[in-house]
Amino acid sequence: MIIQALAFYLFSTVLIAAAVMVISARNPVHSVLFLILAFFNAAGLFVLMGAEFLAMILVVVYVGAVAVLFLFVVMMLDIDFSALRQGFLRYAPIGGLVGIVLLVELMWMATVWAVAPGASEVGVARMPAAAQIPNTQALGLVLYTRYVYVFQAAGLVLLVAMIGAIVLTLRQREGVRRQDIARQISRPRERSVELVKMPPRAGV
Amino acid sequence: MDSGLLREYLPILIFLALAIGLAGLMILASVIAARQRPDSEKLAAYECGFDAFDDARRKFDVRFYLVAILFIIFDLEVAFLFPWAASLSQIGLFGFWSMIVFLAVLTVGFVYEWKKGALEWE
Repeated sequence: MIIQALAFYLFSTVLIAAAVMVISARNPVHSVLFLILAFFNAAGLFVLMGAEFLAMILVVVYVGAVAVLFLFVVMMLDIDFSALRQGFLRYAPIGGLVGIVLLVELMWMATVWAVAPGASEVGVARMPAAAQIPNTQALGLVLYTRYVYVFQAAGLVLLVAMIGAIVLTLRQREGVRRQDIARQISRPRERSVELVKMPPRAGV
Repeated sequence: MDSGLLREYLPILIFLALAIGLAGLMILASVIAARQRPDSEKLAAYECGFDAFDDARRKFDVRFYLVAILFIIFDLEVAFLFPWAASLSQIGLFGFWSMIVFLAVLTVGFVYEWKKGALEWE
């Protein structure tokens, strides 16, 4: 149990430090690398909570794919980031104000928010004990039947993302020579070889 | 939380600590044991070559991005398949067909992308 507590504090400390570095690193590529570190620590926290499936998905999807996409975006944007930071001091008061308003709202919610009696039992009752059933199986028991509409909506969102990415980025280039094997081998002999009778010493 | 589950993850934690410790040790050892002779010429470009340390950010073709985003989408599709496969014996026919509909929706997108030629690299 002491190892668990130690691991929790280690993961959360590194997570928060990495998150701070994401927004404060000068080089945006470093920001993305710190984001990956934050993802890994969040996965560790998920494991500590017993949510192994979510932890593995976080590593596979977020570290493996989303972070790579972020890197692509950072590389592709041709922005002078030092020029972007020029106005930092000018906009700092407004940003700070927005931050304080958000913080006050959050604290308000944390103190005033009243949970209806019995509301927490409703959430717990649906969740089987971790010892009885593997995490992945417990997710599968509700995801495809009880939450079928949300699941299908996720499929539609993925479809929209796929079509949107293709529509936005696909360009057909002109003058590209492709290999079309069916066309190449179905070419008749008459169209490719021509026999010409040449009289001697006549020239072409 | 369930301690049996966490006990299975303990070796990974130990490996992680070992890896971090070993990496730190190597950096520390190279600082202590290796000769340090900094020289500005060591960082300069060799004759008329490239700069040794340069900005890594360089614009490249947007098609790499398209490949990456298509990869993510099918990655997520596979991620949805794992809990389904683990619980298929208990969720019945409805759960089975629910996944088939999900796959059919994504297959529509796959056919679209194939026909559009998004998978070809020219």
